[in-house]
Amino acid sequence: MDQLLGTLNAILNSAISPQTAALAIAAIGLNIHFGYTGLLNFGQAGFMLIGAYAFAISIIGGLPIILAVIIALVAALIFALILGIPTLKLRGDYLAIVTLSAAEVVRIVGRSSLLTNVTGGSNGITGNEYRSPFTDLSFFGDGRVDFGPWNYDATGSNGWWFIATAWFVVALLCLFVWAIMRSPWGRVLRGIREDEDAVRSLGKNVYSYKMQALILGGVIGAIAGIVYILPASLQADSMGRSMTYFIFTALLLGGAATVFGPVLGAIVFFAIRLFVQGIAGQFVPGNIMNGQQTEQFAWIVIGITLMLVVIFRPQGILGNKKELSFDVK
Amino acid sequence: MSSDVPTTTGTMTAAGAAAKASVAGVAPSPGVSKPDPILTVDHVTRRFGGMTAVDVGHLEVQRGIITALIGPNGAGKTTFFNLITGFDKPSSAPKMIGGPKAGEAAKSTFNGTDVGSIGATKAAKKGMVRTFQLTKALSKLTVLENMRLGAKDQPGENLFVSIFKPLWAKREAEITEKAEELLARFKLLEKKDDMAGSLSGGQKKLLEMARALMSDPVMIMLDEPMAGVNPALTQSLLGHIQALRDEGMTVLFVEHDMHMVRHISDWVIVMAEGKVVAEGPSGTVMDDPAVIDAYLGAHHNTDLGDDSLLTDEVAEELAAEVTAEEGKA
Repeated sequence: MDQLLGTLNAILNSAISPQTAALAIAAIGLNIHFGYTGLLNFGQAGFMLIGAYAFAISIIGGLPIILAVIIALVAALIFALILGIPTLKLRGDYLAIVTLSAAEVVRIVGRSSLLTNVTGGSNGITGNEYRSPFTDLSFFGDGRVDFGPWNYDATGSNGWWFIATAWFVVALLCLFVWAIMRSPWGRVLRGIREDEDAVRSLGKNVYSYKMQALILGGVIGAIAGIVYILPASLQADSMGRSMTYFIFTALLLGGAATVFGPVLGAIVFFAIRLFVQGIAGQFVPGNIMNGQQTEQFAWIVIGITLMLVVIFRPQGILGNKKELSFDVK
Repeated sequence: MSSDVPTTTGTMTAAGAAAKASVAGVAPSPGVSKPDPILTVDHVTRRFGGMTAVDVGHLEVQRGIITALIGPNGAGKTTFFNLITGFDKPSSAPKMIGGPKAGEAAKSTFNGTDVGSIGATKAAKKGMVRTFQLTKALSKLTVLENMRLGAKDQPGENLFVSIFKPLWAKREAEITEKAEELLARFKLLEKKDDMAGSLSGGQKKLLEMARALMSDPVMIMLDEPMAGVNPALTQSLLGHIQALRDEGMTVLFVEHDMHMVRHISDWVIVMAEGKVVAEGPSGTVMDDPAVIDAYLGAHHNTDLGDDSLLTDEVAEELAAEVTAEEGKA
């Protein structure tokens, strides 16, 4: 029973953690690409990494936090332009390949030992080196605060200040996505998702709209990168291919082309993982599956869940079946 | 705009008579110049490898009339359509280096401006709006959303404006009203909240035509509007096409059903093997020997699908002709 409560507690904690919020933000960005415009971006983690590096390095270089955030967003914008200019006139598959490899390039360059004095090489940058300007902004005071089942520091890393800002950003972005997707601009994007040529025949500049969508989603990915590293540390390998896969899983679980789908998906994603891990840890004897194996088992279950969702509920948890089902045929 | 579906009865409207009169004095020969051409095409060639799909030396389309572009399968009609609407590039297009000689490069002029190499989006913006042979209804958008997408000058299609609804709500209301008017005319109003994908093939054709009309085109170009549409709906489609002409629009359409063409078109252009082989008023062009040779065959006047016409006598006559021809060979 105690262990079950422990699992429940872990799920509740992960549900509101800034890392979950970061995954949700990255999925919101990917939703603009994949859910609304139909762009196959397999390198969302690359955008996160670009944002994270630009932010951390700017802060370490002594720039004020606002400027560091702006630099991170501009870096993602430039990255999107570099990826989009050659590929967006071609068929969708090309963007998929280019984003996939560009994200790897960013990761490998970031962890390269030649850049150790800038990016920290494979050890990355520890949170203490860039966190303090953000912590200093806190108006939450010191001490610990209880709120429902949660008990955290008011301001320390992993405390309420980090949680509140992360989810405030999530809320703001949800509002933003809702506002732009109900507009004629969002309508053009959804038209492009269905048939580019039809939209072109109506006199819309498809290339420009695809570029706008790629930039917007990428910039939101960079915000996710910043939120992701603030309470933790910046390590290139933590934002690799598997991160892109988690973001896609969260998006498809929650429902692509919906406003809250990516957020719900991110929470459910971590909840399933911790739930499976906790249950397996409690009920499966250690000689069959040890602690490390339960973690791997949880990932396997996540993979199977994604398959089941795509096959039996292609619109995800919140999606509208008539509007969006992930075309498996 | 009345919601009555106009039908193609024998009575000719005043506009129809005027349209026919405007090309009355034109000599029926390929590439002849017209009194008031809206579209002029010169030296348009398109090769796929060694095969020349389109090779048109000079062609003019008269303003304000219905021009039909006919020809057997593989005559290059759709390719020619793609070339003039910017969805494909002529092999003879002028190039920076090399390319054809100055006087022999592809050139097309629409409504007084050069549209040779401006691309599909800009061609559509200039008022040359097309539909597709295989309908491109945006199936996961509702019928009304499809219609709204067709409208021009929407401030809400700018990303920065789209965030604030009051900035685009007024224009949105205008285009919604216009969309509903058009849908009523095309008998699709009760379907306006359905997904376009749920419409029948013929209704999709109607929707595509209505959507093209949302942008107030100067010239509407229909690629096989009657393909796969049942006879009852064909009648109403033909009526709509005539109504467009009567409102002052120029119509160019591709078709291979002779009967349709004869009924509604004011001028007929015949293509075979990529070239324009004949031109003329619909009543007489069918008698041109070049057309009969290239395309129609001796029995183009007999509707073989009509059982009442295919009596035993007719069948015997046909059989006798076949034996006679085989005897000659």
